Amino acid sequence: MASMTHSAFTPKPQDPALEQIIKLAVMAVGGQGGGVLTNWIEDCARANGYAVQATSVAGVAQRTGATIYYMEMAPIGDRAPVFALLPAAGDVDILVAAEMMEAGRAIMRGFVTPDRTTLIASSHRALAVSEKTVPGDGIADSEEVIAAAEVAARRFIAFDMEKIAVDAGSMISASLFGALAGSGALPFDRASFEAAIKGSGRGVEASLRAFSAGFEAAARGTVETPKSGRAKPSAPGAPSGPKALIEQWATLEARASALPAPVRDMALTGLRAVVDFQDLDYGREYLDRVETVLASDDPARNQELTLEAAKYIAKAMAYDDVFRVADLKTRGSRFARVRGEIAPAKGAQMKLTEFMHPRAEEIVGMMPARLGRRLSASARAMRLIDRLFNKGRRLRTDRLLPFAQLYVLGGLRRFRRGTLRHALEMEHLEGWLAQALAYRRIDYALGVETLRNRRLVKGYSDTHARGLSKFDRVMDGVALLAGRDDAAHWCKLLREAALADEKGNQLEGALKTVRSFAGQAETALAN
Amino acid sequence: MAERSFAKEVQKLKLGEGDTFTGEGILALTKALLEAGVGYVGGYQGAPISHLMDVLADAEEILTELGVRYEANASEAAAAAMLAASVHYPIRGAVTFKGPVGINVASDALANLSSSGVTGGALVIIGEDYGEGSSIMQERSHAFAMKSQMWLIDPRPNLPSIVQSVHQGFELSEATNTPVMLMVRIRSCHVTGSFEAKDNKRPPFTVKDALANPRSDYARVVLPPMSYLQEHDKINNRWPAALAYIREHRLNEVFGPSEAPVGIVLQGGMYNGVIRALQRLGLADIHGDTEIPLYVLNVTYPLVPDEFFEFCEGKSAVLVVEEGQPEFIEQAFGSALYKTGRTIALYGKDVLPMAGEYTGQVMLDGIEAFLRKAAPDLLPARLRAPNSDQKPALPDLSKTVPMRPPGFCTGCPERPIFAAIKLTEMERGKHQIAGDIGCHLFASLPPFEIGGSTMGYGLGPASNAAFDGGGDRRSISILGDGGFWHNGLSSSIGNAVYNKSDGVIVIIDNFYSAATGGQDILSSRADNASKATGHPIADAVKGVGVKWVRQLDRTYDVPKMREILNEALTTDHVGPKVIIASSECMLNKQRREKPLAAKAIKEGRRVEKPRFGVDEDICTGDHACIRLSGCPSLSLKKLDDPLRDDPVASIDQSCVGCGNCGEVADAAVLCPSFYRADVVHNPGWAERSFGALTTRIITWLQTRRSSGRLEFART
Repeated sequence: MASMTHSAFTPKPQDPALEQIIKLAVMAVGGQGGGVLTNWIEDCARANGYAVQATSVAGVAQRTGATIYYMEMAPIGDRAPVFALLPAAGDVDILVAAEMMEAGRAIMRGFVTPDRTTLIASSHRALAVSEKTVPGDGIADSEEVIAAAEVAARRFIAFDMEKIAVDAGSMISASLFGALAGSGALPFDRASFEAAIKGSGRGVEASLRAFSAGFEAAARGTVETPKSGRAKPSAPGAPSGPKALIEQWATLEARASALPAPVRDMALTGLRAVVDFQDLDYGREYLDRVETVLASDDPARNQELTLEAAKYIAKAMAYDDVFRVADLKTRGSRFARVRGEIAPAKGAQMKLTEFMHPRAEEIVGMMPARLGRRLSASARAMRLIDRLFNKGRRLRTDRLLPFAQLYVLGGLRRFRRGTLRHALEMEHLEGWLAQALAYRRIDYALGVETLRNRRLVKGYSDTHARGLSKFDRVMDGVALLAGRDDAAHWCKLLREAALADEKGNQLEGALKTVRSFAGQAETALAN
Repeated sequence: MAERSFAKEVQKLKLGEGDTFTGEGILALTKALLEAGVGYVGGYQGAPISHLMDVLADAEEILTELGVRYEANASEAAAAAMLAASVHYPIRGAVTFKGPVGINVASDALANLSSSGVTGGALVIIGEDYGEGSSIMQERSHAFAMKSQMWLIDPRPNLPSIVQSVHQGFELSEATNTPVMLMVRIRSCHVTGSFEAKDNKRPPFTVKDALANPRSDYARVVLPPMSYLQEHDKINNRWPAALAYIREHRLNEVFGPSEAPVGIVLQGGMYNGVIRALQRLGLADIHGDTEIPLYVLNVTYPLVPDEFFEFCEGKSAVLVVEEGQPEFIEQAFGSALYKTGRTIALYGKDVLPMAGEYTGQVMLDGIEAFLRKAAPDLLPARLRAPNSDQKPALPDLSKTVPMRPPGFCTGCPERPIFAAIKLTEMERGKHQIAGDIGCHLFASLPPFEIGGSTMGYGLGPASNAAFDGGGDRRSISILGDGGFWHNGLSSSIGNAVYNKSDGVIVIIDNFYSAATGGQDILSSRADNASKATGHPIADAVKGVGVKWVRQLDRTYDVPKMREILNEALTTDHVGPKVIIASSECMLNKQRREKPLAAKAIKEGRRVEKPRFGVDEDICTGDHACIRLSGCPSLSLKKLDDPLRDDPVASIDQSCVGCGNCGEVADAAVLCPSFYRADVVHNPGWAERSFGALTTRIITWLQTRRSSGRLEFART
């Protein structure tokens, strides 16, 4: 025990009344109605005989940024309590997170602790700009936040409160309020929560619906985690069409089904995509290619090579040309999907506008290969074609004539095999596939990674060109690596770098590294 | 009309003696001004006191009834200058703006006002924008009080204290002929609570009375030799008067036991944070009754040394809790202790951090560290023991959780302007671009990353002045309509004209001072009952001599914007090239139009509602569109398709159909995935019949094609 030299008094334990203070923080994204939620909680607490203090930051954070609302409450006594104005780490009883990463932010800041915090979080995601701009998949992993929440929170309630609110025609603030009430974390009865909504006087019905759904889900103590993980290839459904074609399809389907088990589902999915893109013959070509790869595959490796080939050959064969876009845009199933998404009210009509911007490249791409090649070789011809066609076109596909334009264009797909675009696509496909098989002979894993590089080719016009250029640069880098033990590993890193940013800065850096060690080896070899 | 309406809340301003007011800090401040018999009020909006301006605007009727003049001043400088009315006349006046940037702008007027001295109470209510949620550089307003010798009040952050400080502020100002700054921090402005109301007081002497009885006195004019005398008056008379007044009226407060080994000196605004830390240490109860004596400086300038010495009496150490830097109070007290030969230990920025907000954890750690050094026996046993705070090991989320800075709202009309600038830069290369203050500064963040500096409100083009002489590529500067009227017309546009600037100036006109909450300004298009709106920026620009002006009335027209930009960047014209890009702030537009549209639909009138969508079959998941948008409603979706590696673009129901997606897809030649769906509510008979016929034909064509080939249902 330390000496008591200059102490005038002995330390006391904490004031037990402090335990009565309920500390509640709401972490939200600007525009989610955090202010409304705060007002409701305040009104509810006051009506229950509590002294309440709420604070917020109404600055630029409102403009879609992360923001925090904080309140403290305690039963009213004869003297006013002193409340803090902002949450402190390790000292929050209830944390309401209006989005999954905001729950993560709360945990990071220490506002969620196992001794006291009830964490109520909506499991949906409002993606941050940094997640969306990545050319590949930049979406942050909710699973990690959920795993942390399970450890950090005393109680953890999570489900999609955004969906509940939207289904009820309301805002997430209402379903969050319902979840807070249903969690039982506040010592107030349901009626007093609902009275706060009724007292606010705007959109009461819809808010109460969302409140109720949130209340019940939370009362069940739900932890509903979002769906995640890769989509598994599923057995393709039966196509629609004339009987004769369906019979032929059955033969093709049987041929794909005869492939080894690890490949089968992916090959069926791929087959479906290419037949939908062109015709049954095209499907046969697809299976020919897949089987060629299979012939040089290694069953001991679980047919990984063929599996990736089945996926990426399908993608390469079902490329995005004008015919495909026109075909997809004019299908009945697409009209039905748009209608479902927009959900116009009964009796309302829907106009539909498409945004097309063909360039000379797309126009010559539709031409017969020889003519197309001649024209694209002539700068003057291309300029002329650009002048004639290169402009933004808005087509009202709910109107007959514009619809017919696209419809006819979509019908032209039967001439696709003769076009320049098709020739170019097939050259690229064959080159890539041959290269992958060549690498496979010296390094199985590198062969697999080379097939996966096809992921880099996507998009339209400039984006497509940039994708192709990234693909070429990665393949150039791979050429330096072939033969090394770590070639496949580096190939994967190069691809991931290429997907990380638009301009390819990270790829450039990764290539520099590769050249620094692999280039030397090459030089050494040459000497 | 401002973003948030206080029409309902301002009714609380009518409460009188015996009523209890419950509400937000800013509303309480307004109520206190009325109770104090204020004669005129004004200010300039900016977080965290934007809502104070909104409350005043919404309360204009109540103010007018009481004979109080309300001005929505053109800038903080204009607001501070208005306090001149209190120089000669016994009228209480109050203005409000954010600190310290507002005071930067106002400092000319404030320095003159302080030198002249005041007759009526003059109050400057500063919303100190410091710490989490702040939008500006992290500095202190305190220095301005010191340099001009204005008194600085920093009340405890609860409604009764804030309200009381307004009364005390006026009285202190009048007793010392000195303007007074009343500082409220971000959270105090929005803190909720209650206080006992008093009746509102009509100003005993109104601005109209003053006009009927004009006064002047050259002794008050800041000109030599009076200015020298004024300095001596500050030191010889006003300062001692302030010390006497503060002491006599107990503006500063002392809490806790009269005898204790140590004590804490704190700014009033720090009170709740200090108490919370003491509560957590077992040294204060729920009501704030503390075991450690507290000397609460509700007036942080001037300091009253005698009061401080009394507090130090019998103590071996004191801690100064002073947020921000430099540590003016600690320095002043340190110097006072040293000069009087005292040996009491002084703690402050050694146990507390020099920079940054004093959050709950910082305060707890700082006070604990102080006690550990100065009085370890006061700490509870659990804290004296080592390993007292064991925390569970949590997975590291710092790499997972993305940053979420503020950005453009859904449908913001500024987005397409920056998309056009980004496209222009892709074509012509990177340019020297200067930003300004306003929502448009969000363009400096991803995905646009346009603009590398901001030098102050309305100073965007001025901050490119070094490049006015021109060169390989013209400089571009951004200026918002708010900044334009605040200061930009003279400092930026006039400057560019006079210096024959070669630069391009893009003025972003969204019809409001949008970033501060959508207040009206001179060029607003809305009718405002008490203010003159509808003055076009183009006229003003031409009026100061700009010859090359292009007005774009629909910012969503990206090709047009690009064309104008290209013209501005290439024209032979000598002198500044000014582009005015105008479209209404979407937040305000929606607030206005949504209820009207809902009503029209209900009444059976024909209404078209646009929304955008993405065809997921056609989107390849390259996200090029997002890199030219960043719109909250344009997000990503993972498809249940094993052939897809990357998530595709997806537009949710919050889309307002602004048109940016279509324009950008078109202008940047992105991809054909976007579609716009216009839902026509209550279509007419002819439209319905024609539509039904067209649909029948289209459906027939679709069925015909489907029946002739194989098609697979898509997920």
